[in-house]
Amino acid sequence: MTVQRYRDFKMPDVGEGLTDAEIITWLVAPGDRVHDGMVVCEVESAKAAVELPIPFDGVVHALHFPAGASVDVGRPIISIDTAPDSAPDSDSGVAPDADADSGAAPAAVPAARRPVLVGYGSADEPSRRRHRKQHPAPDAPAPAAPSALPAHPLPQDHPLAKPPVRKLAKDLGVDLASVLPTGPDGVITRQDVHAVAAPAPAPAPAPAPVTAPAPVTAPAPVTAPAPVTASASGRETRLPVKGVRRATAQAMVASAFSAPHVTEFTTVDVTRTMNLAARLKQDPELAGVRVNPLLLVARALLVAIRRNPDVNAAWDEANQEIVLKHYVNLGIAAATPRGLIVPTIRDAHTLTLRQLADAMAELVTSARAGVTAPAAMSDGTVTITNIGVFGIDSGTPILNPGQAAILAVGAIKPRPWVHKGEVKPRQVMTLALSFDHRLVDGELGSKVLADVAALLEHPKRFLTWT
Amino acid sequence: MESADREKSPGSTREAAAPVQLLTPDGRRVEHPEYSIDVSPEELRGLYRDMVLARRVDAEGVTLQRQGELALWPSLLGQEAAQVGSARAVLDGDHVFPSYRDHGVALCRGVDPLALLAMFRGVSNGGWDPEDHGFHLYTLVIGSQTLHATGYAMGMAKDGAHGAAVVYFGDGATSQGDVSEAFNFAAVYDAPVVFFCQNNQWAISEPTEKQSRVPLYRRADGFGLPGVRVDGNDVLACLAVTRAAMQRARCGQGPTLVEAFTYRMGAHTTSDDPTRYRDSAEVAHWAAKDPIARLRTHLLDTAHADQAFLDEVDHTADQAGQRLRALVRSMPAPDPHAIFDHVYADGHSLVDEERAQFARYEASFAETGGN
Repeated sequence: MTVQRYRDFKMPDVGEGLTDAEIITWLVAPGDRVHDGMVVCEVESAKAAVELPIPFDGVVHALHFPAGASVDVGRPIISIDTAPDSAPDSDSGVAPDADADSGAAPAAVPAARRPVLVGYGSADEPSRRRHRKQHPAPDAPAPAAPSALPAHPLPQDHPLAKPPVRKLAKDLGVDLASVLPTGPDGVITRQDVHAVAAPAPAPAPAPAPVTAPAPVTAPAPVTAPAPVTASASGRETRLPVKGVRRATAQAMVASAFSAPHVTEFTTVDVTRTMNLAARLKQDPELAGVRVNPLLLVARALLVAIRRNPDVNAAWDEANQEIVLKHYVNLGIAAATPRGLIVPTIRDAHTLTLRQLADAMAELVTSARAGVTAPAAMSDGTVTITNIGVFGIDSGTPILNPGQAAILAVGAIKPRPWVHKGEVKPRQVMTLALSFDHRLVDGELGSKVLADVAALLEHPKRFLTWT
Repeated sequence: MESADREKSPGSTREAAAPVQLLTPDGRRVEHPEYSIDVSPEELRGLYRDMVLARRVDAEGVTLQRQGELALWPSLLGQEAAQVGSARAVLDGDHVFPSYRDHGVALCRGVDPLALLAMFRGVSNGGWDPEDHGFHLYTLVIGSQTLHATGYAMGMAKDGAHGAAVVYFGDGATSQGDVSEAFNFAAVYDAPVVFFCQNNQWAISEPTEKQSRVPLYRRADGFGLPGVRVDGNDVLACLAVTRAAMQRARCGQGPTLVEAFTYRMGAHTTSDDPTRYRDSAEVAHWAAKDPIARLRTHLLDTAHADQAFLDEVDHTADQAGQRLRALVRSMPAPDPHAIFDHVYADGHSLVDEERAQFARYEASFAETGGN
C-alpha cells in the first residue's frame, strides 16, 4: 500500500474508554508545517486536559472542528498534507493522493471529501463497527421471513434472561425455552414469564408492535384536536397533551432535569410593608394604580438583584458559558384559563414604582384574557410566582428554563410573632427562592433572599439601599 | 522543601532523617558516612545514558498514547534516577518484581521497550520471559508483587541460590495490606528481598501525608527490618543504597526497605490530569532537583564527559524513539483466538469448547471491511 498524501489525525481516546473530548485550542492553522510528535491542539475530556501531538510530518491541510467543539473519539480532527512539495491537486490532473492500490478514479478523491470549517476534509469515516449477520445462531431454525429479523427473535438455544427472571421462571415452574422474549435483544422479561405461567383468560390484545419512539425534537403536528377519551368504566379520562400544557411540561422537565435546583426559605414579618401599601393606596399620585403587596415584593426583588447582579444570569450549556444579564425582564407567573403562563415585564429595572404597577396590572389583565403576546412571554431573566393567592404558605418552585432564580411568594397571614420582645399578632409571609446551583452558590442565593426579606420587613430600606 | 516540610511539624511522628545523598541537585559529589561508592567515569556515563534513554522511551509512550496508538501509559518522568540507580545494583541471578511504571528498570534488565509498549497497546499480555531477564511481568494490581517477591525470595533461600529478589512499588502501595504482610513475612523468615519503594509523593491524587503518619522508611522498624530513605533523584545514592541492601540480602542477612524520595513529574497515567490536585509551585520545586540535569552537571564539571558525548547520547535516544514509534504503529493486531493458547500448556476440553464458541461468535459478524 502506498502512503496516502492527505492523512487524518483522529480524536484519540485519551483516557481509557472516553467517547468524546472537547477541543480547547488549536496551536496550528492551515498552512503550518508540522512534524511527528509536535503538539497541535489541546483537548479536554471528562478526565483531563491534555495536549495532542500529531503523528505525521507535513503541512496542515485542514482543521475539521473549531475550538470549543466537542468531538467524538475516532472522528478526524485535522488533515495533514504529507507531501506538501508535490504538485497541488487539480481537477484535470492525476490526484497525487489517489491511493494507488485502491483503484479509485482520481476524481473520486476530491468528491469523497466534504467542505468543512477550514478547507476541505475527508468524508465521514464509515463505522468501524462490524454488523452482525442476520442469523447469529447457525443451528437455529430458519425464520419464516428470511429477509428480515423477526420482530421478536426466536428463542435461542440458550434463552436469555437475567438471574432474577430465571429464578422467577424456576419458582413458577416455567421452562425458559418455551417463553417468547419481548425484551431488547431477545431477552426474556419478567412479564414474559408471567404470561406463560398464567395465560390471560381472555385473549390478550396483540402486543404493540415495537416501533422506534418518535423523536422528542419533532412533536407530531396536531392536525385535529385529539378527542378526550373516557375509559369504558368511566374511572379514567385521558386528555391529549397539547398547547400550554405541553409547553409547560417540556419546560419543567427540561429545567428540573438539567438545572440542579436549590430552594431556600425565609419567613418574614411584613406588617410594615402592608401598612406602607395601605398608605400608598391613599396617595393621590398613585390614584388608579393597583398597589398590592406583590408590587412591593417585585420591587424588593429588583433591588435585591441590583445589589446581587450575578443572580440575574443564565447557564448556556451549549457554549459552556454563564450569561450575565445587565437588564431584568421580570416574569410573573399567572394562572389563566389556558394554564400557567409567565408573561414578562421588559427592562423592569428601569421602571418607576408607578410604571411597574401599571405593567403588572396590564400583564395580569391580558394574561387572564388570554391575549398575552408570545413575545411578552419570552426572554424573562427572573420570575416571581405568587402562590399566596391560593392561600399557600410556601413551595419549591421550578426554574423557568434559561433563568437562574425564581421567587415564590406565600400567603400573608396574621400569626403570633415575636415583635420587640413580645409575642404579638403580625402579618407574616414565607418567601422561597429556588436557584440554579450550577451558577448560583448558596451564598449568593441566600443574600438575594435575605435582601428581599429585609426590604419587606423594613421598607425604609427601599430608601436607604437605593 | 514543601513535601519534606510537611513531615517536619514539631512534635509529630513524621520527623524524618535527611535522605542519603551522594550527588547534590547542583551536581556536587558529597560523601555519606554509611554509604560510599566508587564509580568509574565510564560507569557514570553509563548511568547518564540509561537515564536519558529511559526518559526518551517514556516520552514516546506518552506521545503514542496521545496519538491513539496506546490505550494507556504510566509515565516515569522524574523517577529515572531511582529506577536506573537501583536497577544497576541488580546482578544476574537476582530477580526483579516490577510494578507498572518501572520502564527504566526494564531497560536496564535488557527488556526491549517495544514489549512494554505492546502491552500498553493491548496486543500482548506481557511479552517477555521473566527468566530471560530476571525481570518479572508488570503487576498492575497495587502492591501484590511484594508478596510474590517475598515468596520467591523465600524459595531462593530454600534452594540455596545466591541471588536476591527486589520488588518495586509506590507510596500508595504501602497502604495495601499485602505490603504489610510481605514486610512481616520477609522479616520473620529473613527472606533475601529488597523492598524498593519509589515515594513519588502522589498515589494518583492522594498525597503521602494522607497515607502515613510516619515516614515510609520508618514503617520497617515495626516489622523488624532496616529501613533507609534515599534521595530518589540522586542516581549514585540509589545505586549505593540498593547495592548495599542487595548484598545484605544475598548474604542471608535479611530484607531491607529502601524508600527512594522522589517525585512524579508527569501525570499518574495518561488518563490523569495532575493540575486538578497539585499546584505548579510544587512541580517547579522538584523540577530543580532533576536527576538527569544534576548528573550532566557533574559529568561536565569533572570533565568525565564532554558535549560530544551528551550529543551522542541524545542522538541515540532519538533513534531509539523513532524506532519505537515506527514499530508500534505497524504492530499487527493479535489473532483473537490466540488468547485461548495461553490458558493450559497441554490444552483442555473446556477451553476447546470455548474457543469453538468464540469462533462461531466471530463468524456471526458480516465482514464490512472493518478490522
